[in-house]
Amino acid sequence: MLNYTLRRLGIAIPTLFIIVTAAFFLMRLAPGGPFDAEADLEPEVLENIRASYDLDKPLLTQYRLFLQRAVRGDFGPSLVYKDYSVTELIAIGLPVSIQLGLLAKLLALVLGCTGGIVAALRQNTTVDHAVMAMAMTGIALPAFVTAPILALVFGLYLKLLPVAGWDDGAWRNLVLPVVALALPQVAVIARLMRGGMLEVLRASFVRTARARGLGEARIVTRHVLPTALIPLVGYLGPALAGIMTGSLVIELIFNLPGVGRYFVQGALNRDYPLVMGIVIVYATFIILFNLLSDLAYAGLDPRVRKAYR
Amino acid sequence: MPSTPVTADRAPAGTTVLECRDLTVRFRTDRGEVAAVSDLSFDLRAGECLGVVGESGSGKSQTFLAAFGLLAGNGRASGSIRYRGEELLGAPPETLDRLRGDRLAMVFQDALSGLTPTMRIGDQLAEVLVRHRGLPRREAQDRAVQALAAVRVPDPGVRARSYPFELSGGQRQRVMIALAMLCGPEVLVADEPTTALDVTVQAQVLRLLRGLRDETGSALVLITHDLAVVAGLCDHVLVMYGGRAVETGPVREVLRAPRHPYTRALLRSMPSLTADPDVDLAVIPGQPPDLENLPPGCAFAPRCGRAHDACTADRPALRATGPGRASACHLDDAGGHHGV
Repeated sequence: MLNYTLRRLGIAIPTLFIIVTAAFFLMRLAPGGPFDAEADLEPEVLENIRASYDLDKPLLTQYRLFLQRAVRGDFGPSLVYKDYSVTELIAIGLPVSIQLGLLAKLLALVLGCTGGIVAALRQNTTVDHAVMAMAMTGIALPAFVTAPILALVFGLYLKLLPVAGWDDGAWRNLVLPVVALALPQVAVIARLMRGGMLEVLRASFVRTARARGLGEARIVTRHVLPTALIPLVGYLGPALAGIMTGSLVIELIFNLPGVGRYFVQGALNRDYPLVMGIVIVYATFIILFNLLSDLAYAGLDPRVRKAYR
Repeated sequence: MPSTPVTADRAPAGTTVLECRDLTVRFRTDRGEVAAVSDLSFDLRAGECLGVVGESGSGKSQTFLAAFGLLAGNGRASGSIRYRGEELLGAPPETLDRLRGDRLAMVFQDALSGLTPTMRIGDQLAEVLVRHRGLPRREAQDRAVQALAAVRVPDPGVRARSYPFELSGGQRQRVMIALAMLCGPEVLVADEPTTALDVTVQAQVLRLLRGLRDETGSALVLITHDLAVVAGLCDHVLVMYGGRAVETGPVREVLRAPRHPYTRALLRSMPSLTADPDVDLAVIPGQPPDLENLPPGCAFAPRCGRAHDACTADRPALRATGPGRASACHLDDAGGHHGV
């Protein structure tokens, strides 16, 4: 298992290198530049600014310089958010996004798993239909619809919670964005959980477990769940990496200082260093969470565990 | 299994432990109701081995799944199945869970998929003892290893820590039998326990079942379509066709002088090593009965060479034809023995 993990981490470095290289050159292929918006600059001034950011050098030289700095964790200054280095921007925004995303995932997991398990155990009853109807609604309603409604009801009408803002992560400010972010995921998780459970409940080893009089609670937790969780684990890997991107809309609506907005604004503004910084963080997340997801498979299924040795 | 705590409270040999009366099992399907078992009655006595014979779909498995409360969701059972007087049909889950795995045990046909793939063999055995005997985990684990040794699984200590996929088919079926025998059940139902296994392993598993029954005095129900297995292992036989009992009686008598045409046809279609290899094996003509469209008369009539008008019009009742024997056939009404 340790060997497998180390092997996977070893592969992660060249993978990351390829992603970063592709992102660097693809971004430069796109027309436009970081200072296009400031059109009335004198050409000489523009040239000076470009030179100060090394943008006047040949592309390959820029790439070499970028790599040299990146391995030291230095992604350079942001070209648009003046006075901030990319590392600083990420250091400020990432904790917010991670806190928001993880809390939402946790909430979604608790609600989704419970709903899915109950629905599967009461298949084709009113409970099942109710859970699935709610799940379908959750999937159909995007966050940019539910978030303003939540803010309207709980913020403006009932005045229970703040409408927006971060306030250093006070729980009152977290409730609405976390709920809005979690709702569509609750739906997805409940459906995956229900499907996984139904599949396993039909298996003959569940029938033999029942024939041993083990009791429903023990059968579900020890005999059904480990196998039934496998589809969910496959979904969670990439979904956890999406903590950063997934909260973009929510961060804008609730005006939270997360990292999500840098994704879009960095790309639109051709803020090359910011985009590269975000790409590296995101790629690292994807690689890491996919590895965790594969390790979780091994934890659940002894056959996979043996194959990893 | 010498290591198993034998409960003092066991029915004396010869008394009825399982009493099935007028059992009917129906399934709701898209095309209407299907009766898998109809009006079935039989007794199982302590220490007895009952062979239940019939082709696929004859209702033999559904009978015992109903007794264990394990029918599929669209299945309903009516009538009565009592374990030592206690009604099993419609019993609350707590009652069933108290009896299943302890007093009543079942070994299923699909040995290859009957064990939970994510749990160690030893844990699966131990949890039964924890549940039904309240043993501490450690002690239950030790007992699990002993139980594996008792069914002659090689390296029981190692195997207890293995996962099902690391065992061969025969070993897995032995584990299933060990699981069923853990608490010394009074009724052990083995549903085609050898179907999924190699021929060489089949004999070993059957020997094992016989040995365990002799040691513990459990009543054994062997569900099979193989009359040779019944001949070698059972005391009584119940022949089922189209969800009904067509013939019952002591194994020796029924096999020596079968009364029902279906039993005879089954016997004729048995391969034998001593038979003339140039003579083709007898086959029963026609198709197994369509449970959705059972004829009003005898279900076997369309395939029976000697059916007459009464056979297709009225269903023959199961009637005593001798001590401990019964058969459901109009041809038998005269009471005389009809030659084959």
